[in-house]
Amino acid sequence: MESNLITEDKQKNKLEKAFEILKTMASKPSGLIGLTIVLFHVILALISPYIAPYDYKAISPNTMLLAPSAEHWFGTDSLGRDVFTRTILGGRTALTVTFFGSLIALLWGGLLGIFCGLVGGKIDDVVMRVVDAFLSIPWILAMLLIVSLLGTSTEVLIPALGFFYGKGIVRVARAATHDVIAKDFIVSARARGHSNMSIIWNEIIPNVRDAILVEGAMRWSWMLLGFSSLSFLGFGVSPPTPDWGLMISNARGLMSFAYWSVIAPIVGLSSLIIGINLTADAFAKALGIDRSTKAPV
Amino acid sequence: MLLLILKRIGLGLITLFIVSLITFVGVEVLPGDACTTYLEREAYGAALDACIKRLGLDVPAYERYVDWASNVVRGDFGYSLSGEMPINEVLGPRVKNSLVLASVSILIGIPLAIVLGIITALWRDKLPDIMISTITIFSMTIPEFISATLLILIVAIWLGWLPGIVIIPSDATFYELLSNIILPVVAISMIMTAHMARMVRSSVIQVMASDYVQMAILKGVPYWKMVFRHVLPNALLPAINVVALTIAWLLGGVVVTEVVFNYPGLGRLVIESISNRDLPVVQALAIILASIYVGINLIADLMTLMLNPRLKSLQIRK
Repeated sequence: MESNLITEDKQKNKLEKAFEILKTMASKPSGLIGLTIVLFHVILALISPYIAPYDYKAISPNTMLLAPSAEHWFGTDSLGRDVFTRTILGGRTALTVTFFGSLIALLWGGLLGIFCGLVGGKIDDVVMRVVDAFLSIPWILAMLLIVSLLGTSTEVLIPALGFFYGKGIVRVARAATHDVIAKDFIVSARARGHSNMSIIWNEIIPNVRDAILVEGAMRWSWMLLGFSSLSFLGFGVSPPTPDWGLMISNARGLMSFAYWSVIAPIVGLSSLIIGINLTADAFAKALGIDRSTKAPV
Repeated sequence: MLLLILKRIGLGLITLFIVSLITFVGVEVLPGDACTTYLEREAYGAALDACIKRLGLDVPAYERYVDWASNVVRGDFGYSLSGEMPINEVLGPRVKNSLVLASVSILIGIPLAIVLGIITALWRDKLPDIMISTITIFSMTIPEFISATLLILIVAIWLGWLPGIVIIPSDATFYELLSNIILPVVAISMIMTAHMARMVRSSVIQVMASDYVQMAILKGVPYWKMVFRHVLPNALLPAINVVALTIAWLLGGVVVTEVVFNYPGLGRLVIESISNRDLPVVQALAIILASIYVGINLIADLMTLMLNPRLKSLQIRK
């Protein structure tokens, strides 16, 4: 009975803490704007299949390049597809790919970083050299190489993005672990004879979690940028999947007389990236982590 | 001091070695070799045999790596598959074009970033800061291809001031280039300036809050003299490293920008060689781009060492 009470109390504390952080984030205008934009995009992505007025892949020669009107709010593209439908569904693609990509990046980057920070020595040296080498290959070249050899499906893109954006998290997690590792409670856990696994799980992760989560939020926006750049270059998801980068690249050639089909995805993508950035910044500030002097590696 | 410099150079070389291994192993491990990916459906019989012979794919992988690496060290990247000519000839004009684009952007970007960063830091949270900071945050978060596309839409199509895309051959002369690169330079330096200005801003703010600046204020040093004598040297020094990392990070953005503007530089070659499945060129590009990254970081490290007397003496004592 008593132990039950304690866990309940703990859970309540966690929820309260999360709520507290959200409140701090929303207390500044930039954080509030960011949270609102992200929330808007997430809700839109969840409900878009049910509210989309047209079929996103329905090609029709009668409705090619129509200007915005009551029937087609954002006009139609060069194949006669409704731009509004494709724009709201495009957010779904972008959010799904980058959300799962970030999750993979956080998991492997965070765990490897903590492991290296804890073990140190030769293993740490070798891993960090390799991570440095990966950092010095421009992301676009590496991604293009993987995607062009393995194909452009979401099953390839998500792990590839997750792998590539995780290498920066390794460094952050390792540095955060280094900060914690000399503290007394780790020494005493060692003295109590805890295993490395138990130390990682019970002592280190709770203390480095904030730094890694902030880094992950930042990576999320860069991953979105990378993913849409890939789509724009024709190496992202394949048509007719509704995707912003792909829509912009298709509509670009005709934008001198059909600018609407390029403006809609631009607004969608830009607002989501700015929203995620503002949210990540506010999140970092609410947790008391300063990222302003760091390079975007 | 010398030892430290040598150590940094050594670390850079090790990084390059690992990059070469990664790209080589990556191309080996992924399905298909250079010949089958390049020839695609015609990859059988005599054509395949000839290609394998020509590239020397019939010898074991490690021998090929040693061979390739020793040639690269001597500055020979081998043969391009699609162009059927030495990769060095393909690369030459592209490197020059990208260098022109990058150096003009950097020449405009760095001074502008320093000025904007200082203005935003000194008038922190006042009107100039809020205005400039909003613009910089916008231009650093929006993807390169979007800002480039918007530039074309607004400046070239709606206003009709400049040509929207670059239509010059890759071996154009320097002056032909200059008149064509205005829009690409604006697109690249916009993002670069925004990133660097943010860093200069936070660096200056940090220094302004330090004890010796407070001391200078109390001592009655005139404001601008204090800014130029005490704040700037201390604020710009740590920014150098960060700026170098940013420039290197932006290499990826340069690729995208070159594609948007159809600019015949290294970036477009990346896309072309990958679309053509020209793996030898891809390998060469990976090494070259990684060397640029390592080189920029090395220069930044050395510059910080040279400019910071404190670090110098520290190293000697060690």
